[in-house]
Formats: sequence, structure tokens, C-alpha cells
Amino acid sequence: MTSKIRPSKGAPYARILGVGGYRPTRVVPNEEILKHIDSTDEWIRSRSGIATRHWAGPDETVAEMSLAAGGKAIADAGISASDIDGVIVATVSHFKQTPAIATEIAHRIGAGMPPAFDISAGCAGFTYGLTLAKGMVTDGTARHVLVIGVERLSDLTDKEDRATAFLFGDGAGAVIVGPSDEPAMGPTVWGSDGEKSETIKQTVSWEVYRDTPAGDVRFPAITQEGQSVFRWAVFEMAKVAQEALDAAGITADQLDVFIPHQANMRIIDSMIKALKLPDHVAVARDVETTGNTSAASIPLAMERLLATGQAKSGDTALVIGFGAGLVYAATVVTLP
Amino acid sequence: MAATKEEIVSGLADIVNEIAGIPQEDVKLDKSFTDDLDVDSLSMVEVVVAAEEQFGVKIPDDDVKNLKTVGNAVDYILAAQA
Repeated sequence: MTSKIRPSKGAPYARILGVGGYRPTRVVPNEEILKHIDSTDEWIRSRSGIATRHWAGPDETVAEMSLAAGGKAIADAGISASDIDGVIVATVSHFKQTPAIATEIAHRIGAGMPPAFDISAGCAGFTYGLTLAKGMVTDGTARHVLVIGVERLSDLTDKEDRATAFLFGDGAGAVIVGPSDEPAMGPTVWGSDGEKSETIKQTVSWEVYRDTPAGDVRFPAITQEGQSVFRWAVFEMAKVAQEALDAAGITADQLDVFIPHQANMRIIDSMIKALKLPDHVAVARDVETTGNTSAASIPLAMERLLATGQAKSGDTALVIGFGAGLVYAATVVTLP
Repeated sequence: MAATKEEIVSGLADIVNEIAGIPQEDVKLDKSFTDDLDVDSLSMVEVVVAAEEQFGVKIPDDDVKNLKTVGNAVDYILAAQA
């Protein structure tokens, strides 16, 4: 029996058509962090590789940073805002659970009334969004999807916690995923490990504030078990990254660029060792001047590698996001 | 076959040398990883994972913080092998 349902018809393949980023104006050096914690610049640099980060001002909201990054990505892709027929925003620091920020961004950026939604997948949020966008384009339910990773993690930073006060930064990164005649996004290797759901987390649940007199409970911050996260990120994520390379049929020798989530320089260095990446592979080290911007880190790092000439359009890049959940997603893409 | 105490010390010395650049002869039972051997909390994770592979044992995250000295690690690995 023949089905009566007419199937959707998408593009043969999908690709990243453009990338854009927004970094808040204010640069915060380690010296400023050290006003609130008993530590040293040398300690912070040796544990994290971070020298400076950007913290957003009152006007640099999640929406405004998203619009700035999204606008750049649209221009870079050479399309019009009205061509966008899908908007995905990955974030953990948009402080309204409803409505999603994606609808406001779709409207204000000039995309009309496309499907728009937020996703919560921690520092893997961008690569999760990338994967959903690819599916939408190849399925035919969208033709040009705006994927944004955006965070104001300074709002979720305990400035007096010497283990995390220096770690996080703010910013937004965006890409346009659109149709392609040839493969330009490999299979995504992704998953979660809920047994480790307490390893990276928000310290206080919002409902506590409903039941507690105002001012009695400190505003939540992101906290993590450093050693557990480090072990998982380096050794388990190196395996995932290798699986993504294998799934795409790309050898380390054929790889041009490696863009891991910018969590910590020590994680990046150890992953390179574990993956045995050859010297010719350009590695994103944006964490040094951007800090850990969770869902925004990969598109921000991608934009900077292209802007500084360390990577070029058409290069083959391995991207991997990993973080709170724990969740992860890795794939191989052609750079826009 | 389980490694002897001497083999474990020697193996750990090679691992610490590889990860932290400390001469093998400095890696002795009474030495503290963080205070004497320049192995910080993140490098310690790398030491632990390398030791797991070399000696075929499991060292869970919760136990890592108890391994203050080389002697602690050697005793842990000896017991875990048994």
C-alpha cells in the first residue's frame, strides 16, 4: 500500500554559510577578578589560560548581543534577514523561562514569523543547535536557519569563589545554516551522561526564591567539580571527537582546524595530546581573551580564527561542545 | 600479573616525569604531588588516568583527592590490583 502522505523535500546537504560574533565592550583583566578572591594572576593563567574576558554592561542584554551577532552572520552569509525561516537560540543565561528569546530575536532581526525556539544544552548548546538546523535544512522544513549561542555568564558567576570567579565571560556567536550541493557538515556524534548531572550546575533552583524571604539566599551561580569535569572533558571528549572524525571519514591529517568548546586552555591542550592532532591543525585558543562563554564559545572562536587568518573559508574543522548535563556534540564542518 | 611496589613507584615516576617534567629520581614515597612535585589538581587527573591505563586499575574521582603523596597512590594501586 502506498502512503498518502507527501514527504517534505529538503536540500541535498547543509552547510554553514556565514558566522558572526559579538563581544561586550568591557574587557575585564585578571587584576579586577583578584579584588574579590585570594589568588594570583599566575595561578589563574596556569589553571585556565585565561588573561581577560568580556563582561556585558546593562545595555548588552542577551537579546542585544544576539541581534548584533546574528546581523553579522546574515551579512557574512550574503543573505537577507527575510530569507531566514528558522531561529534557534542556545543559552543558559536568558532569565525568562518563557517565552523563548528566539521569537523576539526572529522578529527584531527582520525574519518575520519563522519557527523559533531556545534550547538548553549547556556548553554543547551551539553544536546541538547546529545539528537541529542541519536536519531542518535537509528535511526541507527550513532553508536558512539562524543558530545563536549567547550567554551573560557574569550574571551567574560567584565573584568570591576562587575556583570559578575568573572562568566565565559574556558574548554571542551566530551562524547561518543553509542549503549545499555537496556535503559540508558531517554526522553529529552526540549524547549525554545524566549520572554526572551534578558535576556542573546552578547552585540554587529558582523555586527556592519563592519560598525564602528576599535577600536570604544568594543569587545562583554556576559551580563545578573541577577534577571530574577535567577528566571527562579531556579523556571522554577526545574519544567523542575521534568518533566524529571517523564518522565524517576525515583523518587527523586531512583536518585543518580544531574548534573545541573554550572551557579552559588546559582542557584544550590535553585534548590535542589525547587526539594526537598534527601540528598543521589550527587550534582555537579564544579562551585566553574571552573566557568560557558556554554556548557562545564555538561560533565566537570560529569567527576569530577566520578574521585573523588562522583559518580560511573552505577549511575542514572539527567542532565539539561539551558541558553541563553532562551533554556533548561533535561534528566536522566546512568553514564558511 | 600484578605490579610490585617497586614497579609501581618506577611507573609513577615515569608518568610524573612525562606530565610535569619532574626528574624520575625525585618521585619518592613521601613526596606530596602538589607541594613537592609541581603536580596541580588538573595534572593530577592526567597522572591518575595514565596510572589507570598502565596498572589496569580504576581510580574514581572521589578517591583522587585522597592521593596526597606518591606513597598514597602506590598503596591505592597495590590494593586495587589485589
